[in-house]
Amino acid sequence: MFGLDKKDARLLLIVAVMVALAPIILNPFPEDSAMAQFNAGYPDLMQRFVIFGIFAIGFNILFGLTGYLSFGHAAFLGAGSYAGMWMMKLLSINVIPAIILSTVVAGVIALAIGWISLRRSGIYFSILTLAFAQMAFALAASVLTPITGGETGLQTNLNDPRIFPEFLGGGSSVDGNIPKPSLFGIEMSSSFKVPVGGWEWTFNWGYYLCGVMMLVAFYIAIRIFRSPFGLMLKAVKSNQHRMSYTGLNTRPYMLTCFVISGMYAGLAGGLMAAMDPQVGAERMQWTASGEVVLMTILGGIGTLIGPVLGAGLIKYFENIFSKINSSLLHEWFAFLPDGLENFIVAIIYPFIGKGWHLTLGLMFMAVIIFLPGGLVELGKRLSKRFGKKNQDAAGDTKPAE
Amino acid sequence: MDQIILQILNGLDKGSAYALIALGLTLIFGTLGVVNFAHGALFMLGAFCTVTLSRLLGISRTVIDETRTDFLGNPLKVEIPYLYDWFGEATGAAIIDWAVPLSIIFAIPIMISIGVIMERGLIKHFYNRPHADQILVTFGLAIVLQEIIKYYFGANQIPAPAPEAFTGSFDFGAAFGAKAGAIIYPYWRIVYFCFAMILIGAVFAFLRFTTFGMVVRAGMADRETVGLLGINIDRRFTIMFGIAAAVAGLAGVMYTPINSPNYHMGMDFLVISFVVVVVGGMGSLPGAVLAGFVLGILESFASMREVIEFLPGINQVVIYLAAIIILLTRPRGLMGRKGVMED
Repeated sequence: MFGLDKKDARLLLIVAVMVALAPIILNPFPEDSAMAQFNAGYPDLMQRFVIFGIFAIGFNILFGLTGYLSFGHAAFLGAGSYAGMWMMKLLSINVIPAIILSTVVAGVIALAIGWISLRRSGIYFSILTLAFAQMAFALAASVLTPITGGETGLQTNLNDPRIFPEFLGGGSSVDGNIPKPSLFGIEMSSSFKVPVGGWEWTFNWGYYLCGVMMLVAFYIAIRIFRSPFGLMLKAVKSNQHRMSYTGLNTRPYMLTCFVISGMYAGLAGGLMAAMDPQVGAERMQWTASGEVVLMTILGGIGTLIGPVLGAGLIKYFENIFSKINSSLLHEWFAFLPDGLENFIVAIIYPFIGKGWHLTLGLMFMAVIIFLPGGLVELGKRLSKRFGKKNQDAAGDTKPAE
Repeated sequence: MDQIILQILNGLDKGSAYALIALGLTLIFGTLGVVNFAHGALFMLGAFCTVTLSRLLGISRTVIDETRTDFLGNPLKVEIPYLYDWFGEATGAAIIDWAVPLSIIFAIPIMISIGVIMERGLIKHFYNRPHADQILVTFGLAIVLQEIIKYYFGANQIPAPAPEAFTGSFDFGAAFGAKAGAIIYPYWRIVYFCFAMILIGAVFAFLRFTTFGMVVRAGMADRETVGLLGINIDRRFTIMFGIAAAVAGLAGVMYTPINSPNYHMGMDFLVISFVVVVVGGMGSLPGAVLAGFVLGILESFASMREVIEFLPGINQVVIYLAAIIILLTRPRGLMGRKGVMED
């Protein structure tokens, strides 16, 4: 199917089904049950799952295939967001031009940064990309204020000079509201709810646009991984010197890879702007670059599905896990005797709620130390141990994307 | 002229901090070959040693003073630190006032033991893994340390003032015959600079003039041969890691009056100090110190009003710009050794 072998086609199909059914899968608990707060099936979060999935897939193409650790990918994400915002401000509120331009702009910037950074390898490459990203962040927050909105950031406004307000059914501002990003007239934020028994499933247009984009991105990533080009990149990872000795110039391959990776980040940035039309400079800060590194490593570097899993896991933690507070904990452990209850809550509390970063850090260290292959390797090890029976369980972990 | 001297002075204190952190980073890299992303967190831990000590010193008992009343008419509660009871009021107050310098003594054993525990417990297992893994695991460790500090001390900045004697500024202009008030410089920054110079000098002297330092330098040059000579080089390198942690910690201790510590100050410094190390040349100690001061001074020159008018935004990016230029023109950095991190 689509030029994929059977195994990859099956993986793509599974991911596609998961993406399509995510609003149902991610809402396993009835609305009024105590566990309802662990439901992740609301549009905002699902959009973030797939957008950061795209970001991580792109990062993985660079880091997973070539082993070049970039600490500056947030610059492309931010650049994509700004480009998308300007497209929506100046041209039309339709998201298609915004997404296209954000990908192109990020690609151009990646070409410039990559052309310089790829002269060096190893830690020097990391530092160079970090330096560029920090420069981009500092400039976006200060000097480039006319373009980036500085500290306040960019928003869509009522009086933006849209050249084609009605472009292909795009929203217009005649009714006095700020138009919302839309796709040929369908607003990205619009969704319909389906109540079934105690459950309520929200199917959101924006999410499905992002989901389709992610599937396309995922498909392209599979093709890159399986292509001769991908093989060349893997060869660079295993031994760049030997590649050069065979008389091959690796620079063009590396640069292409870097640009593709940057375009993925730009696409993610553009989608972010399309889903929630506001951008701030903090999107470019190096902590955002660090986050995508965490996602890729947690999920499994160099694997196809790993980055998506990692992105889902981290975003789930950030949005769901962080909401648990101490009174809730007390509620859960209320069945214990008072002293024991307080003791257990006191032990658990630093790791959850606002302290979720601590859990994340510990988890990340554990993965690096014990499981260099991330969640994917964990799944493989488990399925090896439990034999065939675990096929389903491995599938169960996937809804996280 | 006054402006230039002022900017050089301004650059010196930041440059000292960069140089100290970069020195520790280079020590770790040169000895153990490990790229330590948790070094900024060690700087931050040092700063929080100061906070802890000043809180410990401030522990007090509450006494109800019947002679005075608060605004509600109730007897006023007065907090009396235990130090007043033990040493008398004047000495006790002086000790509390001098909390920051006293923290040096407090921080050294703590930081050395943190460093040794870190090396033995975690870094040791990463010698044979790729540099990317070392970067990532120490990055994770930095997040963990940061979050622990955030849990216990909160997310806000915690002021830790310098001793009374060092508040205020020194008027260089008046002292050296120039216009009075032209070059004013806070006392504590002078102290910080001198402290950094002493610390850097001490580390170099330690490596240069002691047998221990000689062995360490030999190990940096050729670890295997030193090991074959029957010297337990691993233990010495572990101690060097502790010393590097202490250098970073002390840099943090003394920095607290300049910039009130908060939990992510380490990360802010880490990025720049990595740039410093790379500019100075991976594995070169003098390079790290030199690059630290050069970049610190460069940064303060770039924030002069005249320069900013000419090149807006340059003050934000000058360090990174310098790093990019140096890395592209001198791939090994200013004083890098051949064969370090070449692949």
